[in-house]
Amino acid sequence: MKKFTDKLVEGLFKMSGAVTSIMVLLIIVFLFKEGIGLFNASTVEKGYTLFVNSNNPIEKLSPESLKKVFDGEVENWKALGGKDESIRVFRFDEIFSLYSDEELGTDYALLPQKLGEIIQSDATIIAYVPQKYKPKSTDGIKELEHIKISLNDFFLGREWLPTATPAPLFGIVPLVLGTLLVSLIAILIAIPLGVGVAIYLAKIASENVRKFLKPAIELLAGIPSVVYGFFGLVVLAPIVQKAGALSMGETAFTGSLILAIMALPTIISIAEDAMRNTPKAMQDASLALGATKWQTIHKVIIPYASSGIAAAVVLGVGRAIGETMAVLMVTGNAAVIPHSMFESVRTIPATIAAELGEAPAGGTHYQSLFLLGCVLFVITLIISIIAEVISSRKIFKE
Amino acid sequence: MQSKKIKEQIAFTIFRLLGFSVLGILFWILGFITYNGIRVISWKFIFSYPTEGMTAGGIFPAIIGTLYLIIGSILFAFPLGIMSAIYTVEYAKDNWLTKFIRIMTNNLASIPSIVFGLFGMTLFVNILGFGDSILAGSLTLGLLILPVVIRTTEEALKAVPKSYRLGSIALGANKIQTIKRVVLPAAFPNIITGLILSIGRVSGETAPILFTVAAYFLPKLPQGIFDQVMALPYHLYVLATSGTDIEASRPMAYGTALVLIVIVLIMNTLAGIVKKRFEKNK
Repeated sequence: MKKFTDKLVEGLFKMSGAVTSIMVLLIIVFLFKEGIGLFNASTVEKGYTLFVNSNNPIEKLSPESLKKVFDGEVENWKALGGKDESIRVFRFDEIFSLYSDEELGTDYALLPQKLGEIIQSDATIIAYVPQKYKPKSTDGIKELEHIKISLNDFFLGREWLPTATPAPLFGIVPLVLGTLLVSLIAILIAIPLGVGVAIYLAKIASENVRKFLKPAIELLAGIPSVVYGFFGLVVLAPIVQKAGALSMGETAFTGSLILAIMALPTIISIAEDAMRNTPKAMQDASLALGATKWQTIHKVIIPYASSGIAAAVVLGVGRAIGETMAVLMVTGNAAVIPHSMFESVRTIPATIAAELGEAPAGGTHYQSLFLLGCVLFVITLIISIIAEVISSRKIFKE
Repeated sequence: MQSKKIKEQIAFTIFRLLGFSVLGILFWILGFITYNGIRVISWKFIFSYPTEGMTAGGIFPAIIGTLYLIIGSILFAFPLGIMSAIYTVEYAKDNWLTKFIRIMTNNLASIPSIVFGLFGMTLFVNILGFGDSILAGSLTLGLLILPVVIRTTEEALKAVPKSYRLGSIALGANKIQTIKRVVLPAAFPNIITGLILSIGRVSGETAPILFTVAAYFLPKLPQGIFDQVMALPYHLYVLATSGTDIEASRPMAYGTALVLIVIVLIMNTLAGIVKKRFEKNK
């Protein structure tokens, strides 16, 4: 009996050993499963369709063109490859101003027919109608071909307008660029500061200074990101606004400042460890040759620890890219391609956090946010693998 | 010779300044929050419900909510994490499988917290049908701290001298008995350090609870594990960005931020004390 329970407990240990691997796997599977449906969805909003007059040579329209047509940016069919005629945009609601409820019949039974007539009578029309009321006969009218959202629309699309009608745009380029911009500036600020502090802690500071500087840095790592966000919002944003004479302080740069502070503890502790691991014999040899302490640090310790320092920087980038709340609170969240670091940007994690609550479950918007989660996951995965490779690289060169 | 020394002086001064600038940043943040928050903190703030569109009253439901989430996530992550660490340290051989597990644990630790939120929302809230609930939130947060628990426990187990294990086996104990009676008690204080640090982490995380448990405004205490709760970090987010009247709720936000920071401060200090004790006894 005792043997049996022992075996059971051991089995339990073994199973738990695999738990993290299983979780990572499950996370990939579930995010992917929820998101992948996006590429099976039509570019036109679910439950709706588009009609044109049958004399119109256009067969299908890309989501970008649709958006331009319905926003009034494109007003002539010629621009879309059609005849030289101005476009008449017909939104479904307009039917109620053309016909009274009686004319449309009980339960709007005559509505599809009336819609058909309208489209038939105007060669320049593009009509946006619910599937439910779509005209039954196709005399003189034609339905635009439904195209599926493509990988290109998602990965190379330059506009993120997930709630636009009739065709939402799910281009993640502005979000990816926003994330990279904020993280890269953050890391540029954090590297000199972080590595400098690591050098100070590892080789210069006295034991007494270390004793209170180390816990202080650990504390900096412990402050919740939402508190950093709050601090950035009420302290840094106004400073940035005033210093740059900007219309608002919530910019990519403000986000970078906060992220730099947040990435510091990671960079400092890993870089410091790397420098402490420099063999004492190498340092002693350098000192014995008459080098000063600074020359030893500069010529022996830093080169020796360079791969550890690089790993620290890469992990700092990883931390910055994945950070959600602080960035959400201080970058202003405009989902457009940034042109300077003093503009509002929106990062991938901030987009997920801000929009998931409003996206109807199972819809294209919802799916696109899960795909964004996949993208974020893959980016951080690659980063942590890079960090692993760098830090395990052999430093000694012949 | 002289210029070498001068260079060194200059370099060291710069590094010293950098070192203390980090301290400056920390004090700036802590000082700012404390200075503005301390005026709001009172027994009433801690123990009463938010009123008047969250511009007055207190944060009691958020404190209780966070407490539930701490307990829930630890109940989930600790047994699992400790068992996982026991496997990798005491049982696993040094082969590709162990290496793979270690890499996966590292990966789990590097996954952004918002991704945990997405995952928790699909698996716990939707597929398993827990809804927005303490259970779903605790499981999500538990996953988040799992790598922390595993890592600290692994370190704690590795720090137990091999002679302890050999001594126990020599006395006729089997492996399970050795782990239960000798290794775990010896590693216990260090495991506790991990526990305390995870509490700090759980109390501050916002992104994983956004879609799994957190309530915008809920002036009552939860009745069971399937209820939604307010939580301190989410409450601060709401107060700072989307309250009914952001200017008027600012004092409340300072107070909430201070409470959060104090929790983290206490947890870090506690962890430090326990660790020091442990090192002394060794």
